[in-house]
Amino acid sequence: MIDLRNITKTFVLGEQQVNAVIDVDLTIGRGEYVSIMGPSGSGKSTLLNLIALLDRPSSGEYRFDDQLVTDLSDDELAGVRRHSIGFIFQSFHLVPRLTASQNVELPLTLAGVAPVRRREQVERALDATSLSDRAQHRSHELSGGQRQRVAIARAIVTEPKLILADEPTGNLDTAAGSQVVALLEELRIKQGVTLIVVTHDPDLGQRAERQIRIVDGRIAKDVHASA
Amino acid sequence: MHPLDVFRFAIGSLRSNWRRTGLIALATAIGVSSVLLLTALGEGANRYVRGQFESLGTNLLIVLPGRSETVGGPPPLLGETPRDLTVDDAYALLQHPSLQQVAPVMVGAAPVSTPAGLEREVTILGSTSEMLDIQRLQMAYGQFLPPGDPQRAASVCVLGSELAVHLFGSSTAVGQWVRAGDRRFRVIGVLADSGVTVGIDFNDLAIIPVASAQALFNRESLFRILVEAATEQDLDAGEKAIHRLIAERHEGEDDVTVIAQDSVVKTLGRVLTTLTYGVGGISAISLIVAGVLIMNVMLVSVTQRRAEIGLLKALGARLADVRRMFMVEALLLATLGAVVGLVVGLAATQVVAELYPKFPVAVPLWSIVVALSVAMSTGLIFGVIPARRAAALDPIEALSKR
Repeated sequence: MIDLRNITKTFVLGEQQVNAVIDVDLTIGRGEYVSIMGPSGSGKSTLLNLIALLDRPSSGEYRFDDQLVTDLSDDELAGVRRHSIGFIFQSFHLVPRLTASQNVELPLTLAGVAPVRRREQVERALDATSLSDRAQHRSHELSGGQRQRVAIARAIVTEPKLILADEPTGNLDTAAGSQVVALLEELRIKQGVTLIVVTHDPDLGQRAERQIRIVDGRIAKDVHASA
Repeated sequence: MHPLDVFRFAIGSLRSNWRRTGLIALATAIGVSSVLLLTALGEGANRYVRGQFESLGTNLLIVLPGRSETVGGPPPLLGETPRDLTVDDAYALLQHPSLQQVAPVMVGAAPVSTPAGLEREVTILGSTSEMLDIQRLQMAYGQFLPPGDPQRAASVCVLGSELAVHLFGSSTAVGQWVRAGDRRFRVIGVLADSGVTVGIDFNDLAIIPVASAQALFNRESLFRILVEAATEQDLDAGEKAIHRLIAERHEGEDDVTVIAQDSVVKTLGRVLTTLTYGVGGISAISLIVAGVLIMNVMLVSVTQRRAEIGLLKALGARLADVRRMFMVEALLLATLGAVVGLVVGLAATQVVAELYPKFPVAVPLWSIVVALSVAMSTGLIFGVIPARRAAALDPIEALSKR
C-alpha cells in the first residue's frame, strides 16, 4: 500500500538546510491501523505530507499502491489524492458557506462524479457518520465533534484506500474526541481502509495496532502492539 | 470538475460575500452605464444635427455667385467681377435631368409697415413657389407664393410666423396689406414655426415673388440659387452640370461656387461621431478601473480563502479546476456589473429621452457591444492573476496557517 524507500526531505531555511525527514524506510500494508507520534518539530507532519502526496521528497522512492508516485505531475498526484486518499485535519477545514452535505460532496464534485451518484454517496457517508439529521446545517451551526464527523464523512465519501488523520482530536474535548476516534476505528473495520493517525496524544496513539515514533526526522520506534 | 459545478461553486462564493460582490459589480455597472449614457448623448447630438439639416433637404445644392478659389499668379489687370446670377440662369439649370427643382433667391432688407401704422425692418426674401418644397417649409395659414411665370411681379407676400405676430398680433394676417419700401403686398400666407435653427431663420422674414424683389431692390442679381437634385446619387452629376451650364451662359466662365448641403451634414456627422467615440472611450477607462478593482478584490479573496483553496487542492482539485473557479468568479462579477450597468444605462437614456423629447438620444448598438465586451474582458484579464495565485498556493502552507 505504502512503500517508502530512503525518503529524505530537506527544507532550506534562510541559508541553512534543515532535514525534516531523513532516510526513512517505511512499509504500511493494506488495512493497517498506524499511529505516528513524536514531539513537535520531529518531522511527523512532514512525513504525513509526504505520505499524503501533498509534498515531494527531496530524494528516495515512494510507491503508493504499487505505483511509483515520486515523479508524477502535480495534477496526477491530485488525481491519486482524489481517488485514493481521505483527509481529516485537526481544524476540520470545512468550507463555512457550504452545508454539511455540500462539504461532504466536495471531493465527489472535484472528481466530476455525476450529481445523482453524488447524492447517493453523500447520503451513505452522512449515514455512516450519523449526521443525516445535520445534512443541511452549515459548519457554524455544528459542534466541534459534529464538524469533525462531517470531515470524516467527507474523507470516506470517495471510498478511499487510505485515510490520513492529522491530530483528529486536537481541537475536541475528551468526549467528542473519543467519539470521533471510535467512529474512525469502526469505519476502518467496516470499510477495510488503511488508517494513519498523526498525533502527539499518547492515549490516542496507543490505540493503534502499529505505533511509529519519529524523533529528529528518523523512525525511532516501530512497534506492533497486539490489540 | 464539471463546468456546471465550477459555476455553482463560484456563484456560492459570490453569494456568501454579497456585500463585496455588490460593491464591485457597482463599479463595473457605473462604467458600463456611463459608456452607454455618454454615447447615447453623442448619438443624440448627431441625430439632432442631422435631423435639422435633413429638414432643410438633403439633396440640396446651393449655387453662389463668384468662385471661392485661390488662384496664383499676378493679379489681373482688370478686376475680376463675377457675372451676376440671374433668374434665367436658375431656370436654365433645369435642362439637366438630375436637377429637379430650382428656386432663385434674392435677399434684401426693407421697412415693412401695416395699415395700423406698425413698422419694422424686415429681411425680405425674393423667390418662387418651388422654395416651399425645396426648403421643406410648412404653411400655418393661407398659401405660399403661387406657381407661374417667375418674371411676373405679383404683389403678394408670405410672412414668417414671428413676423406675422409682430405685425398683426393675434388678428388674422392673411388678406391684410403691408407696405414694403414703396410697394404694397397682400399677405397670402403665414409660415408655420419650423423649429429649425440652422440656416435661414424663416420665422422672421417676408417672402415675395422674385420679380417683385428685383423691382423692390432695383437689381437683377440673385443672392443664390437653391437646386434640388432628384436623388442623393445625382448630387455629384448635378454639381458638374451646374458648373457646365453656368459656364455656357457666362461666356465660358465657370464663375459660381456650388455647396452640397449633404457634404456639410456628413462632415458635421463625422465630427460628432468622432466626438462620441472619444467620449465613449474616456468612459471606457472607468471600466478598466473597475477591472483593476475586480483584480484587487479577487486577490484579497484568494488571501482570505487560503484554507479553502488549500483544502480543495488537498482533496484533489486540479490546478486548472482552481484556476477556473476564480476566473469564473471574476467573470461573473464583471458580467453581473455589466448587466446591471446595461439596465441602468438604458433606463437613464430613457429618462433623458423623456425629459428632453426634442433631443433624440439613443444608445447606439456598437456602444452596447463595446461596453459589454470591455467589461467582460477586463473581468477576464484581471481575473487571471488572482486565479493563478490561487492555483499556485501550496496546500500544506495554505492549510497550516490559521
